[in-house]
Amino acid sequence: MRCEEIRVCIVRVGGTNCDAETKRSFEDLGVKAFVYHFNEVLQGIDLLDYHILVLPGGFAYGDYVRAGVIFAKNFMARIGKKIMRFVDEGRPMLGICNGFQILVESGLLPGINGVSEHPEAALATNIPIGYRCGWVYLRHENNGKCVFTRLIPKGRVLRIPISHAEGRFLLPTVRGEEILNKLLENDQIVLRYSNENGEYAEGRYPENPNGSFYDIAGICNPEGTVFGLMPHPERAYYGWQLPDWTRMGKPPKYGDGKLIFESVVQYVIRKF
Amino acid sequence: MNKHLYIKKDLPFEIYEINILEADEKDLLKISEEMGLALNLEEMLTIKNYFSQKHRNPTDIELQTIGQTWSEHCYHKTFKGLIILPDGKEIDSLFKTFIAKATRELSMPWCISVFEDNAGIIYFEGVYGIAVKVETHNHPSAIEPFGGAATGVGGVIRDVLGVWADPIACTDVLGFGPLDYEFAKLPPGIKHPRYIFRGVVAGIGSYGNNMGIPTVNGAIYFDESYVGNVVVYCGCVGLLPISKYVKNAGTGDHLILVGGRTGRDGIHGVTFASLELTEKSEEVSRPAVQIANPIEEEKLKRAIIAVRDLGLASSITDLGGGGLSSAVGETAYKFKCGASLELDNVPLKYSNIAPWEIYISESQERMLLTVPENNLDKVIRIFMNEDVEATSIGKLTNDGVLKIKYKGFPIAELDIPFLFSPPRFRRTAKFVKLKLKEPFFQEPKDLTKDLLRILSSPNVASKESVVRTYDHEVKGNTVLKPFCGKNNGPSDAAVIKPLDNSWRGIVISCGINPSYGKINVYWMAASAIDEAIRNNVAVGGRRIALLDNFVWGNPEKPDRLGSLVRACVACYRFAKGFRTPFISGKDSLYNESPLGPVTPTLLITAIGVVPDIRKVVSMDLKEAGNLIYIVGRTYAELGGSEYYRIKGFLGKSAPKVRLEEARRSMRTITRAIDKGYVRACHDLSEGGLAVAAAEMALASGHGLEIWLRNVPVAGDLRRNDYILFSESNSRFLVEVPEKYKKAFESTVNGAHHALIGKVRDDGSLIIYGLNGDPVIHAGIEELINSWKKPL
Repeated sequence: MRCEEIRVCIVRVGGTNCDAETKRSFEDLGVKAFVYHFNEVLQGIDLLDYHILVLPGGFAYGDYVRAGVIFAKNFMARIGKKIMRFVDEGRPMLGICNGFQILVESGLLPGINGVSEHPEAALATNIPIGYRCGWVYLRHENNGKCVFTRLIPKGRVLRIPISHAEGRFLLPTVRGEEILNKLLENDQIVLRYSNENGEYAEGRYPENPNGSFYDIAGICNPEGTVFGLMPHPERAYYGWQLPDWTRMGKPPKYGDGKLIFESVVQYVIRKF
Repeated sequence: MNKHLYIKKDLPFEIYEINILEADEKDLLKISEEMGLALNLEEMLTIKNYFSQKHRNPTDIELQTIGQTWSEHCYHKTFKGLIILPDGKEIDSLFKTFIAKATRELSMPWCISVFEDNAGIIYFEGVYGIAVKVETHNHPSAIEPFGGAATGVGGVIRDVLGVWADPIACTDVLGFGPLDYEFAKLPPGIKHPRYIFRGVVAGIGSYGNNMGIPTVNGAIYFDESYVGNVVVYCGCVGLLPISKYVKNAGTGDHLILVGGRTGRDGIHGVTFASLELTEKSEEVSRPAVQIANPIEEEKLKRAIIAVRDLGLASSITDLGGGGLSSAVGETAYKFKCGASLELDNVPLKYSNIAPWEIYISESQERMLLTVPENNLDKVIRIFMNEDVEATSIGKLTNDGVLKIKYKGFPIAELDIPFLFSPPRFRRTAKFVKLKLKEPFFQEPKDLTKDLLRILSSPNVASKESVVRTYDHEVKGNTVLKPFCGKNNGPSDAAVIKPLDNSWRGIVISCGINPSYGKINVYWMAASAIDEAIRNNVAVGGRRIALLDNFVWGNPEKPDRLGSLVRACVACYRFAKGFRTPFISGKDSLYNESPLGPVTPTLLITAIGVVPDIRKVVSMDLKEAGNLIYIVGRTYAELGGSEYYRIKGFLGKSAPKVRLEEARRSMRTITRAIDKGYVRACHDLSEGGLAVAAAEMALASGHGLEIWLRNVPVAGDLRRNDYILFSESNSRFLVEVPEKYKKAFESTVNGAHHALIGKVRDDGSLIIYGLNGDPVIHAGIEELINSWKKPL
């Protein structure tokens, strides 16, 4: 498939607020990106006309109750079958920040044994508690399964900002180790919080900004086509978005976030 | 309620006739108080006279409508009124005589709409304009900090939506009492500064973050006078295609109420804001604070922008203070129409709300559109698709009369021209000369300790723990963030790149100097203007527009009014002198509590542009070996300074602004930045040269040495501590690579400047005194610890 034939569907509801910059990032790569309100999807947008599905950041439906849960239940109840088919066909799906929370709440991630009826992980309230906006270092951990990071060598350190109050990745206390091993075995761990040199944060604040288990910042499903992450790659797409470009004389053209968008576009070009 | 003044009407809902025709002066004042109108006798008599001519009594909803429309908050009586000066001279409207005059005389071609609408609009680039508004939300925040601050943000965002602009950035400037204020000293009804601080910060963050608008610039200031009067300024910047700025409503257009439902929250918010806070404010005014729902506003925003882009509506305004009563009245007045309303069409949160409450409720997230009949269905569908309610509640008419019906019965009929011609205020102003004196004490030998103490002073210390709770990155357009350098130094201004296909940026900065206001409000105002502009210039901003936001005490007291006059005189002189027109503003008066009046506080917000964001300069030092220049002259101006404050003094030498010098300094900085000679630039403000140098060093991790002997000073200034900590305006520290030495020096030739130091690679700050010995010697870690500890 040619790059310009690729169609990206970005779905928003009341409270979604990172759709425009996500769209901009995809479009910079030459693909077509469309933002639809969930109401429009219900009114007849066929997801299967699109190659990549994105749930952008924000506070879907206000995130009242628990981050992501209302939208997750809503879309799984109403278009769950369509989503499953989309995913089964190997079409990539991306959840950024609130999107990640939605993917977890809907059971699409980690999805060790397929889509689960109940969430198998959680993105809990940050420790230390509270909203935090800032840049973090992320170490790329994936061995090649995740289609969103295939252009990134394993071990490479990325710099991308976070901005959330509920991003502490948690696994059930009882079977935590077991699930973690499964995630590792399946190559589902994609990004871990680290320091500048790529040493894992080991839970230390502020390198690990929210207390996430195993420093996890992003995971994918066992097939590598559904990817959720707390950091915002669309805010690290261009060089002038970097927090320290003024130290470089002039801004570089692009930031590390671009690699994620580029990887998935490359994947779609090859696959379809 | 007293029976003979209030007569319940025989209608199937609750409505009263107010027996104003038989009321004497005492009764009139009683009515004003009991109904929460906050109107004075003259105003009540005017109303009585109006209804006498109509040979009937008003209904409660009519009186409430007048009360809202004539409130200080909605009508700005003080700024529009007559002021009698001690020498007998009269000022016919502070606003016209000073604030708007500067703008009018400057007559900048890039000013598109100033002072007229919900927000000021200036030209940006191509087909786009920038809309800006800054509001205060002090009174509600004093009662309910979270809700008060959150709805302050929500309100100012709606102001920007109210000129059809898409909100792209927020600012917030907050003033609190000292966080360690003694509980025992708090009078009844006043909440502890720490409680207010936590609530306000959470409220600001929650609204901006949830709506997805980056909070990019602001300040936090602590002052004893804010214990009883918290100060909450909320600003919003928006972007709009200028051709979409449509305001041409006419007879027959539908009045469409959009957004959230109407409830009993926010009753009498504006009249409450026009009174002093008292012990009873908590019980009496609790309902005046509204409830925030940012997601509702996020949806509202999407729909409004869609309606704008399709050009389906003929005008728009927000529902803020006064609720429907203000929005409908102002819309009708603006387009020289009348209005006829069916009040029962208003969607309610719950039933059993009296008609007058519906009409003046300040429930949040609502706006009023006027829509021609033909477009009605299309507009309502757009709102429906965003899950937002939109309801036609009436129409504009051609008779100049406001007519309201409820359940089929007429309940109000008021002439619009009457509603907008309240009796003019005449107030007297008095100028009070303060008895202040300059302290004298020996110059300390080691100034390192003083510097560390100032770095830990709450007004100077890092605000990172607060600012990180605001999303300043959402929308992905924040080029210069609130922090810069490895260790998160404080940026002078924020820069936004709002258009994908242009490198042009918007530069947002502010200036606020309450402590000078304790000495001299004229120089306080001048300093705030200078500070806002120099912050903007320091990163590369130019073509600057200003917004003024006054927070003052009760203007009915002549001394408060006198100081307000003085500040306005400064506003005119310096806005004109710097060629920076005011484009919008807002005043919050009556900031008084049992602890006394608020320190006169003027916030100046500066909006500049930068032609290419890739030339923007941050304040952190970049490279060891680079040269450090100071631009601007240092005077012995320590009145109100942080240095005096830590020594327990106020002083009387508040920093002045010398226009010629200031303009030259600013101009040369812009030129040097454009030529690419500047690697870092930081303005000198609280804590003066010493703090600016320390901040540049600690932000970067590099060291820095400064030679005080070289600093250009005015007059006979021979004390190290004065040179280090004087807060003279219009000064900058600039980092320049050695290779540009000559070029830079010839560029800044017109301004006072000197080479005063260089960047070191050893992470230490060394300042050499006038005799060549070090007076300050500290490691970066030490500076960071002091600076980051307090908050």
